[in-house]
Amino acid sequence: MATGPASETNPAPAAAAADGDDVLLRVENLVKYFPIKGTGLVHEKEYVRAVDGVSLSIRRGRTFGIVGETGCGKSTLARCVARLHDVTSGRIVFDGQDITQLSQRRMRPLRREIQMIFQDPIGSLNPRRRVGSIIGDPFAIHHLASGSERKRRVQELMERVGLNPEHYNRFPAEFSGGQRQRIGVARALAFQPKLIICDEPVSALDVSIQAQVINLLADLQADFGLTYVFIAHDLSVVRHVSNSIGVMYLGKVTEIAPADELFTVPRHPYTGALLSAVPVPNPDLSDQRQQIILAGDVPSPILPPSGCRFHPRCPKAAPVCVAEDPPLEPRLGDGPEHPAACHLPMAEGENLADFRPSISERERVVEVDGSLLPDGAEPQDIAGALPARGEGGTP
Amino acid sequence: MTRFLVRRIGQSFLVLVASSIVVFLIYFVGPGPNQVARQFAGRLGTAQRIEQIKHALHLDQPLYLQYSHWAWNLLHGNFGYDYYKGQSVGSVIAAAAPATISLVLGAAIIWISYGVFTGVISAVRSRSLMDRSFTASALFFYSMPTFVLGLSLIWIFAYKLSPITTFFPFHGYVPLTVNPGQWFEYLILPWLTLALVTAASYTRLTRASMLEVLGEDYIRTARSKGMGENRLIGRHALRAALTPVVTLAGLDIGTALGGVIIVETLFGVPGLGWTVIQAINQQDLPVILGITILATVFVVVANLVVDILYAVLDPRVRLY
Amino acid sequence: MSMPELRAAGISETLIEEGDAPASKKIEGRSPWRLAYERLRADRAAKIALGTILVIVLLAILAPVFAKITGHGPNQQFIDIGENANGGPVPPSSTFWLGTDNNGRDLFIRILYGARISLVVGVLATAISVALGVVFGLAAGFIGGFVDTFIARLIDVMLSIPFLIIAISVAYISGPSLWLVIVIVGVLSFTYLARIVRGQVISIKNREFIEAARALGAGPWRTMFVDLLPNVMAQVIVYATLLIPAAIVLEASLSFLGVGVPPPTADWGSMISDASGFFQYGYWWFLLFPSLALLTTTLAFNIFGDSVRDALDPRAGIYV
Repeated sequence: MATGPASETNPAPAAAAADGDDVLLRVENLVKYFPIKGTGLVHEKEYVRAVDGVSLSIRRGRTFGIVGETGCGKSTLARCVARLHDVTSGRIVFDGQDITQLSQRRMRPLRREIQMIFQDPIGSLNPRRRVGSIIGDPFAIHHLASGSERKRRVQELMERVGLNPEHYNRFPAEFSGGQRQRIGVARALAFQPKLIICDEPVSALDVSIQAQVINLLADLQADFGLTYVFIAHDLSVVRHVSNSIGVMYLGKVTEIAPADELFTVPRHPYTGALLSAVPVPNPDLSDQRQQIILAGDVPSPILPPSGCRFHPRCPKAAPVCVAEDPPLEPRLGDGPEHPAACHLPMAEGENLADFRPSISERERVVEVDGSLLPDGAEPQDIAGALPARGEGGTP
Repeated sequence: MTRFLVRRIGQSFLVLVASSIVVFLIYFVGPGPNQVARQFAGRLGTAQRIEQIKHALHLDQPLYLQYSHWAWNLLHGNFGYDYYKGQSVGSVIAAAAPATISLVLGAAIIWISYGVFTGVISAVRSRSLMDRSFTASALFFYSMPTFVLGLSLIWIFAYKLSPITTFFPFHGYVPLTVNPGQWFEYLILPWLTLALVTAASYTRLTRASMLEVLGEDYIRTARSKGMGENRLIGRHALRAALTPVVTLAGLDIGTALGGVIIVETLFGVPGLGWTVIQAINQQDLPVILGITILATVFVVVANLVVDILYAVLDPRVRLY
Repeated sequence: MSMPELRAAGISETLIEEGDAPASKKIEGRSPWRLAYERLRADRAAKIALGTILVIVLLAILAPVFAKITGHGPNQQFIDIGENANGGPVPPSSTFWLGTDNNGRDLFIRILYGARISLVVGVLATAISVALGVVFGLAAGFIGGFVDTFIARLIDVMLSIPFLIIAISVAYISGPSLWLVIVIVGVLSFTYLARIVRGQVISIKNREFIEAARALGAGPWRTMFVDLLPNVMAQVIVYATLLIPAAIVLEASLSFLGVGVPPPTADWGSMISDASGFFQYGYWWFLLFPSLALLTTTLAFNIFGDSVRDALDPRAGIYV
């Protein structure tokens, strides 16, 4: 927590980042299940396994990006870390302190250190309150400042994030989407927290506005020595802002790597498939690419597949993948900062489109409404990878 | 679906039990056992009679036993004995019920058809002259207390036009079985009074609901696909728009069947409402109690029926 | 264009988003309330209705003044000049501006004093309903769980039991009084508002800004009153303005049945009740004027309430 006014640059955190191995946040085997109502008495209780054993550590002053499809649990993970949910099991260690079991009351002072920026610029601001009052909430709740002092600090914050301080008395509806997101940033910034969790902060914005907000976040990080957890589903955005990136699938982390390394040397087939879907501006290059199209939908998080959760859709699936859940550890000679959870990781230069799964349909445990193959379909029609488009074959 | 049914019926039962306990407490506990017995004995009670009644009603026993006796009797259709009139409460109710049923059901037919019809037209021809007049008249009748309307109707039809004609009798009741023509005559003014006031809310509700549905995208899509306007409104929009109306109708009818006190008193229709007012005047506790419980049962059952109907029409409801 | 490219192009961030010139003067926020107020101001029907209400209030306040001017008190019986040969009321004249009632009392003065009763009961009973409704609704919606279920069942029970019958019995036994009427009307009406508030709270409490408040470390009380309440107030106001006329009608009905304010207090309901025994003899003013007063008052409040609702929740003519 910097003690100086908001507009001053604080050199100390930059020095701390240069020290390097200072871990601000460590998550150990975090599990979060949501019970499904109504099945308690008659059947066994069913759970949505939103987060199923996630471990990661985040260094001070860095940005850790988390990507994944809808439903992979990244938002839930974010809220668990911010202690907006209670944790089913696992540990969250923040700045050396175990915050997993803290009551809401004990968490209060810590809330000044961990803040969140939400995805929906409209929903995250109370439509019936003035913007100045909204940004001033942190000061009011924690009795940090009041009256004209509070107003002054709020207006400083507004200026810092690129808003006109004269608009102190306006209502959220009078701002554009990008501006509203800035309001959210200002509010999160009021405490000068150590950690800001950004839950898809730019997903709801137009592309050109995304750039501005991202640049704002980058500036603030430099000025205040902030640590970010940046959650998104857009890989290109995540690459731009993150130092390291974690990929999540169905409640588990499948791969973690430094940003550029993830894109150049992906190990997990899921990462490979995601990368092949990132649009490439150059049309010639795009045509030459072979897109990996994964078959099927993401299985239900209520009854996830056995072994490696990705095996029903994986082009490289083998019997070991059905049997064993691969641990998250470095593969193929990678360093400790690049673990992957895969029995058959991708080597450099491997093309996923060349692979076919070595297990039959019957051996797979597919949990898609419990439905079986449609009649008349051949296993290879549903197999993990379809022939690539660029080759001119029938899709 | 069955799980929903079971849950919903269980809920109704719970509400019924809780309500009966509350009613019991109000009437039995408030006055105290002596008073209650005296009430039950009515004006004709001698000291000995009162003791008799006290014993017969188990008033000398602990409260929960009293309640269970009373409830047990109720479940068997035994509403108690009306010492004042010297007959069972059940027969008093049975005598009064047909009048209320005739009144309520007849009025319901009128108010539902009129209210929905005007509401739909207002919505479809929004902002037209028809819309404005229907809406204005709905607002007018909505603001009018029932007894004011009733008295006005009596005045107009029975007195003002009196030299020309005395159209409708305005006091009394003739059962359907005795004389259908007169039954109808005597009920016209009460029907009109009850229906006009109630219809007003239906016009407003139907109009609002219909406008909301007509603004939905799927209606726009159907229209752009070339579906005829009448068919569109009649078959698609109406079905969606009518659900709140159905709910309201169910509740209104359920409540009204318990007795429409004002209309019945005004027009001298000897239904449940009229009977209960008489009973209150005569301090005839058994009848008051019996009709109160009956009205409660009607409302709870009506709620249940409406909810089940809802679940049949709209599967999403069953999740609740 | 990718992000670094935009920046490289030197496009300033603020310019892209803000189309307006940098503000040099203080800009006043236009709150949703302000917008609603402006809509209301433009509504002609609302202004007429509000004007009528204000006139009625004024007349009610000035009732003693009028009594002084005419020299007639509200309960003063003028047997000699106030009654005709048969003991019935006299028609409007210069002495008695609106005529007299069957006891020779000045009808005009009585109507003014009756306005006091109606307005006081209307406003106070509505205040009780709002207080109860908001508290129960907030608790049920926000706290949820057992509290919610309990309150929901409580409301179910309250809606099932024919409280009108019970209210009448209670009033009959313990004797009618003004405060009793206020309490009865208030308690009978709060469930409607509680349901609405609860619905609002439930639809809001999962929105992100509530979560954001929690993330900031706000406790439940602060969230309820600083974040939830402003969003709920709009609906509360709308329904409160519509509750007032309903309360007035309910009070008049109770008085009509004889269990409202005790005589000889001037009250529109009891005046109408008295008149109902007389108008067949041609004493039309006795029935007409109190009825008109009642109707006008309820109509004005209803129209104003509708306009308030339109102003706070405009959906382009859904509610006319």
